[in-house]
Parts: sequence; structure tokens; C-alpha cells
Amino acid sequence: MAEVVGTLDALVADIGAGAVLAVPKDYSGVAMAATRALLRRGVRGLHVVGVPTCGIQVDILVGAGVVATVETSAVTLGECGPAPRFGAAVRAGTVRVLDATCPAIHNALLASEKGLPFIPIRGVIGSDLLAHRADWQVVENPFRPGDRVVVLPAIRPDFALFHAPLADRLGNVWIGRKRELMTLAHASAATLVTVEEISDANLLDDPVRSPATIPDLYVTRVAAAPRGAAPLGMTGCYAADGAAIERYARMARTAEGFAAFLEEWMAAG
Amino acid sequence: MSDAGPWGPERRAQTALLVATIADLLAGCRHVAVGQQSPIPGTAALLARRESAGRLRVSVLDSDRLSSFTNGASELFDCAAEGRIDAFFLSGGQIDGRANVNLVGTGAYPRSDVRWSGSFGSAFLYFIVPRVILFREEHSRRVLVEKVDFVSAPGTSPPGVYRPGGPHALVTPLALFRFDRAAARFRLESVHPGRTLAEVLEHTGFAFDYAARPAVTATPGAARLAAMRDVVREEVAEIYPRFAARLLDGAG
Repeated sequence: MAEVVGTLDALVADIGAGAVLAVPKDYSGVAMAATRALLRRGVRGLHVVGVPTCGIQVDILVGAGVVATVETSAVTLGECGPAPRFGAAVRAGTVRVLDATCPAIHNALLASEKGLPFIPIRGVIGSDLLAHRADWQVVENPFRPGDRVVVLPAIRPDFALFHAPLADRLGNVWIGRKRELMTLAHASAATLVTVEEISDANLLDDPVRSPATIPDLYVTRVAAAPRGAAPLGMTGCYAADGAAIERYARMARTAEGFAAFLEEWMAAG
Repeated sequence: MSDAGPWGPERRAQTALLVATIADLLAGCRHVAVGQQSPIPGTAALLARRESAGRLRVSVLDSDRLSSFTNGASELFDCAAEGRIDAFFLSGGQIDGRANVNLVGTGAYPRSDVRWSGSFGSAFLYFIVPRVILFREEHSRRVLVEKVDFVSAPGTSPPGVYRPGGPHALVTPLALFRFDRAAARFRLESVHPGRTLAEVLEHTGFAFDYAARPAVTATPGAARLAAMRDVVREEVAEIYPRFAARLLDGAG
């Protein structure tokens, strides 16, 4: 059974140095408030997987110097452009990037969900991504000689961390249409979730909600964090705060500006 | 990746022309998918849907109202893999004469001089979707290069590589190009009104085929502009509020 914990510090208490941490893209529910708790822990050397992309959350973690590897298809601030601290770290060579393409991340998690060591993907042949990914291989389709197919190793995150609208006291988590979070929870060794609200009713008793609910079987810990995705949005609850993200994009252009942002952001929660 | 100039009547007219040009490229499609941060292709797809009398389906990624996907972020790719998506849009920090697209960065990899966001779904969708339309609001030699610094997704593939899809056309503020997959070259289809072949040649960093007197891109008429404004007001404003406000200003 999942544990419902009272603080965000307790939620992320097990994430240690070098952990493989998978996080969703901005639209799917990013645990921003819990990210602050992660930084408070003083964690280092994270291997972050952006499923299949990531944004301000990973840019902050990279800027704070706690990320060794970023594995994703894109790091983007959306309308506010590319991620500035990520870009600076790439130029400085202080972060290792495992550049991917969106369906490669999805497929590799699917492999993990099914206990498969690897999974094929169409496309990719001729992309420089392949040339720079020693762990991606080209094999021949055993059922059709001459047909070359790329295969990817399964991604098995130590932790998945995301934000959702609703959970119950048992730790069942309602995700709505964000079905990739279900795959992510299945694929990960531990799943940590913040939610807008914790319901007293069992979500699995509701036949409308239950098919879009991650059962507590796959959930390690849940904590309430109202507006826990801000300044990003949470579908059905609140929109992204474009002005706040734009302000971040501006401040994070320089190391000094980012340091000022980080100090202010850490003090705010 | 800088953008077109400030919003005034000139930029609004140019944007309307780009929307109409892209909408025409979607003729005959049953399902068009639109990625994130693509207001002009998105508007074009929604205009084409309105003009198709209900035949065209448009799926806008990460929109709850303009997408019927319920299987999460991977459904777009699965849907494309099943052959259910006819057209998609890609852009690039660099696009070269063989239609290779670079979304990663300039200079040597991995420590790029300028690092962009990353390849997103390009290394898959470019192979799979039959009609990929390349679009960029900047037409310059730094964007349209002879050879990209990093191939996020190749424009063409050798025989034996599974490739039902690929580049169809390239739309910029100066011109419309078609891509000839067999020759692996762009051909200038038309030059936008008020622009010249000389201008296109001057600002394009790759070689392409062209007629001595290229056609002029059709300008949308009053009725089409009115339909476009309705689409922007009623549909685009929900997903791209800032873009909609700028486009409608003074013309709403």
C-alpha cells in the first residue's frame, strides 16, 4: 500500500545521489513544489529522464548543479524558448546529455513495464541521435531479412515523480487522460506523487474514474501539494503562469540571475 | 532562433498569407496533427478543417479541447505509426538543402555553441508521416544552410530503410518550396507577393531548383481572410492567446 505522507520532504526522502529520476513533460503534471524539497535535501548527481521532454523543473535542477545526466527529447520553456541553464551546462560540458526522440522514451518505458530487456522503434536510422547513443543498436528484423530496425534498452527509473489532480487515502492516484503516467508508474521502481487534493472516497469505487487511476500497488508515496505544479499548469485546476515563466527565462540567462531566482524560489515554499 | 519583426499590418498580412499557403498544402488530408508552439501551422490546420466541411480532423498536441487522444503523450506517435496521421509540421534551427532538420544546436556535438531544445519527435515522425511540412518564420542563410551541424532527422533515407513519410514542402516568409524526394532537392514553387527570386537566392544557403520566372504565391481573398479571423477568434485563441490577440488586433 502506498503511504500518504504529511510533508514534501518526507515524500522525496529516499531520492539519493545518482538516482535515476523520471519526470513528465510540462503538460502532464510536474511536481514543482516537491522539486524544491528535493533541492533542500542536497541531492547530487541525478540522472533525470524527461518523459518525453522536460522544462523549467529540469532547468532549475541543472542550474542548481545537482544533475549529472539529462536523458530526454527536449528541454524547453515553451513559448519562452530554450532552457537557459541547460544550454549553459551543455556548453560548459558540466552535464551529460543523452539526446533522444519522444517515442524512444515512451517505448523504452513500455519495455520496462513489460519486463523486456529492449524494444524496437521505427525511424531514427540516419539521425545523428543514433551516432551519439552507444546504447542504441541497429538490428535486422528477424522476420524480414534486410529490414533494419533500431532497438533501445529498457529505461527502468529508480523514481518517478509527478503531480496529479487527485489521490485518495489509500494512495490511488487519478491521472485523467495523462496515460503515460500509468506506464511510467508501472516502469519505475518507486513512484512519488504530489496531488492537488486527497479524497476520503476510494477512487477505485468510481467506475468513471477508476480506468484513469493508478492503483496504490504502483504508488510508493503521496503528499498533498495544492498548486504543486505552479508556475506550470494543472489541467482542470489552473493554467500555467506565463509571466512567471517568462521572468524565469529572463533571470536564468546569467548564472547570477539564476542564483537570485533560486534563492527567492527556495525561500517561497 | 529569432523571429519575424514587430506586429503591425505588414506582419499580419504576411502571417495570413503563410496560414493560407500552409492550409492549401493540407488539401485531401483526413487527419493533421499539430505540435507544441506552432501557432501558424495550427491556425492553418484549423482553417483547412473549416474549409473541408468536416472531412479533416485536427489533433493539437497538449490541448484538451482540440485533441481527442486519451492514451497520453505516446498516442500521437502510435497514431502516426498506425498510418492514421496524414500531415504534420516540423521546424528547425537549421534546415538544409537535403531537408535534413537540426533541432539540437550549432557547432560540434555535444558541447554545442548554441544549444536548442532537442529533437522532440522528429526522428520518428519525419519517417512515418506521409506529408511533413517544414515551416520557419525566418528565411536566412543561418537557418537555411547547405548542411546542418546535427541531423535530428534526415530528409531522405537510402533504400531498405522503412520510410513511408518525409518532407513535402518548406514554407518561409519569402517563398514556398516543394521537396523532390527522389532528387533530394527543393524546388521553388512560388515566391510570395512583393518578394523576388533574387531575394530568395540571396537569403537561402542551399542550392535549389527554380524557374527563371517563378509563380507568385496566391494571396488569400476577403472571404478567406474573414474565415481565418473566425477560426482565430473561435479556436486558435484558446491554445495560442497571445498569437490570436496580435493577429486580430485592428482586424477583429
